[in-house]
Amino acid sequence: MVDSAAERRRAGIRRGLPFGIAVFAISVSFGVLARPLMGPVAPIVMSIFVFSGAAQFGALAVLLAGGSTAAAIAAGVLLNARYLAMGLALAPSLRGRALSRAAFALPMVDASWASASRGDGTFDPWYLVGVSIPQYVGWVLGTVVGVLIGPRLGDPNALGLDALFPAFFIALLFEEARGRRRIVAAGGGAGIALVLTPVVPAGLPILAAAAAAVAVARRRS
Amino acid sequence: MSSVWILIAALALATAALKVAGPLTLGGRPLPRRALDVVELLASALLAALVVVETFGKGGSLTLDARVFGAAFAAVAVWRRAPMIVVVLGAAAVTAAARLVS
Repeated sequence: MVDSAAERRRAGIRRGLPFGIAVFAISVSFGVLARPLMGPVAPIVMSIFVFSGAAQFGALAVLLAGGSTAAAIAAGVLLNARYLAMGLALAPSLRGRALSRAAFALPMVDASWASASRGDGTFDPWYLVGVSIPQYVGWVLGTVVGVLIGPRLGDPNALGLDALFPAFFIALLFEEARGRRRIVAAGGGAGIALVLTPVVPAGLPILAAAAAAVAVARRRS
Repeated sequence: MSSVWILIAALALATAALKVAGPLTLGGRPLPRRALDVVELLASALLAALVVVETFGKGGSLTLDARVFGAAFAAVAVWRRAPMIVVVLGAAAVTAAARLVS
């Protein structure tokens, strides 16, 4: 018997709570780091409408390094290009009108996409939405808190806040990279990023890591 | 100030477009098996790249700094099945401590 949509959404919310707490901690650091550059309101608006750690941190890093607005936009879009592939993977699991399919795709973030994967190429859409909810709440609230406490904290790097992001991605990676093929793809992606980071603009090494997935997929067939 | 709002609007629209492009153009039809094979591996490859960039990347170059200790702590903590909040806050604390010592 298949659980109802509400049950699967609730199960997703329970699964997403630890992610939401972690995301809260990360978005506090986003608020702290973004405020000196963007002022108090823009970081919160950004978290509400962009809702993407990778893109927001990536764009912020470009701006903090002295990059242009266009470069920051390009970095953010490149960092989020993975959503195109993730949306394509999700598409066959979505039913209904265009508006309803879009409504299921919009809340998608890395952790909820990975959690909602059934492992056979299909996804549980309501579970995905559920896992995203605590992360969205945590992300927006954390940004508000970060913007408010930032000016009182002093140097965010002295608190190690810049290490929150690799820690977050390591946690997601351990969750995702189960099985030999995925571990090989992860190794390839890490290698590509390592080689390309000093050579190409920010954001591109992450997009190029997709080549590792293509290579590993091709090797089997 | 207005350039920040352009950045936010562009990223919000682009992110939404990337997310809905697949479902709106392909609703209901299955992906070819070979495409699914790639997509199943994409998250692993991209997340690993993000770990590398966020641990060693600094303004378009690679560097070794205190983040390495935080990332190492996170890896061990995740491996020992620590809760996410312990993983991320512990990584920050370790990195802060390493900076205090160095």
